[in-house]
Amino acid sequence: MSAQGGVEDLLRRLAPQVLGALVRRYGQFDACEDAVQEALIAAAEQWPVQGVPEDPRAWLFAVASRRLVDAWRSDSARRAREERVAALDLADAADATALEGDDTLALLFLCCHPALTPPSQIALTLRAVGGLATDEIARAFLVPEATMAQRIGRAKQRVKASGGAFAMPAGDERAVRLRAVLHVLYLIFNEGYTASSGSELQRRELTREAIRLTRLLRRLLPDDAEVAGLLALMLLTDARRDARTTADGDLVPLAEQDRGRWDGAAIAEGVALLTATLPRGRIGPYQLQAAIAAVHAEAPSAEATDWPQILALYALLERVEPSPMVTLNRAVALAMVDGPRAGLELLATLDADARLAEHHRLVAVRAHLLEMAGERDTARAAYREAARRTTSLPEQRHLERRAARLA
Amino acid sequence: MKYMLLIYDAPGTRELFQSDEGRELMGRVEAIVAELRERGELVGTQGLADASTARTVRLQDGAPAVTDGPFAEAKEQLGGYVIVDCEHERALEIAMRWPLIGTNAIEVRPVMFDGGAEM
Repeated sequence: MSAQGGVEDLLRRLAPQVLGALVRRYGQFDACEDAVQEALIAAAEQWPVQGVPEDPRAWLFAVASRRLVDAWRSDSARRAREERVAALDLADAADATALEGDDTLALLFLCCHPALTPPSQIALTLRAVGGLATDEIARAFLVPEATMAQRIGRAKQRVKASGGAFAMPAGDERAVRLRAVLHVLYLIFNEGYTASSGSELQRRELTREAIRLTRLLRRLLPDDAEVAGLLALMLLTDARRDARTTADGDLVPLAEQDRGRWDGAAIAEGVALLTATLPRGRIGPYQLQAAIAAVHAEAPSAEATDWPQILALYALLERVEPSPMVTLNRAVALAMVDGPRAGLELLATLDADARLAEHHRLVAVRAHLLEMAGERDTARAAYREAARRTTSLPEQRHLERRAARLA
Repeated sequence: MKYMLLIYDAPGTRELFQSDEGRELMGRVEAIVAELRERGELVGTQGLADASTARTVRLQDGAPAVTDGPFAEAKEQLGGYVIVDCEHERALEIAMRWPLIGTNAIEVRPVMFDGGAEM
């Protein structure tokens, strides 16, 4: 690892701790967040040249506090606050570390505040908890930096306006907010995982970041089964990354992937995590999706896949968290167990579902099952229709190739 | 998800924008664009010069040739576009609030992206 990379990792790890400590002390999440970003930029410039300070966290805390004071000083209406801050002894920053775990958790809850839209929750989480700079986030999501800066700024304003407290929500509220946090981490992961070519490097960064933040969350909540389930799901899915696209960026379906290129270490970690978690906690959607990914991961070949078990897991998932997408996946599993006709019958029940009626995945799965059933002409027409409907270039190429194969 | 809003102008739109009423309309267009910018949803927007200034390039007798005017003599001509990064419902909502929606038409199209899920 280069010195540069080492400093970067260190800064990203310390970012939420310093921000959490700062917010706990001074309040004002939005101003503190700006101050920490400035401190991170200063450290990224100075540390590789001058060396990492003995207590890097205290250094960042002190610099960010000073930036905060500078910001307040430039605003004469805030004189009173300036005095309050100036009176605080910056040297006792060490005390700020005592609650660092709780602080990071409280930050995550704040960034995933229900008043924010998912894109805003994602952007704010990546910056405030992930320690990523605005231009990095903008590049990953392929939007102009000014647009991302606006999105983050507005998210901070909304958190402030809705009175988002920097504290752990209690009771039922806590469970609801934790679900939102898990969903945001899942979305970050997916955003990175579905990339194939072109901007891959930047997006791969998102996958890594999602896994890093979920690991962090797991350290903070080691007994939560769904947190462990989500981490296992990410590891087991990411294990297939190198095998899921060709060098040209074309998608390789699961059944045709070179399993030798799957990441054995990631699979082992994911399976171990799941094995330790499943018998203990309450079963939830992330654990079930991870369990399905584990069945695929453990099959020595596509033919040897334990489809009856996958079918049972999808049926369970459908009960725990019903959605047309889950039914769609269950139809595939059903076709593998009871034949394509059974799968097609289940698919037909989804035609009336407005959420899916125009979705290319429904048509793509139907095409696949029709092909299995030997109905080449209708399968080809369905592949073509699915290709027209998708907004993903690699999926479109894949579906067109399938159609051409049946010509 | 990114969407492109293609704004098709009815004949007479350009003249309309030169009038007093047009200045008021322009103000409303600018207000929506400012809102998109403020919310961090705007990826890009441009207005196009009149369709009569267009040149169309196509193959004629095996060689690229330039002709005056737009590709098709349509009643409505592309007048500009806005690209937004937001949910589908929000993109439709923006289109529905666009000034001149009474005479002009706005097409909302998803922008293709270079990623995809394995199937």
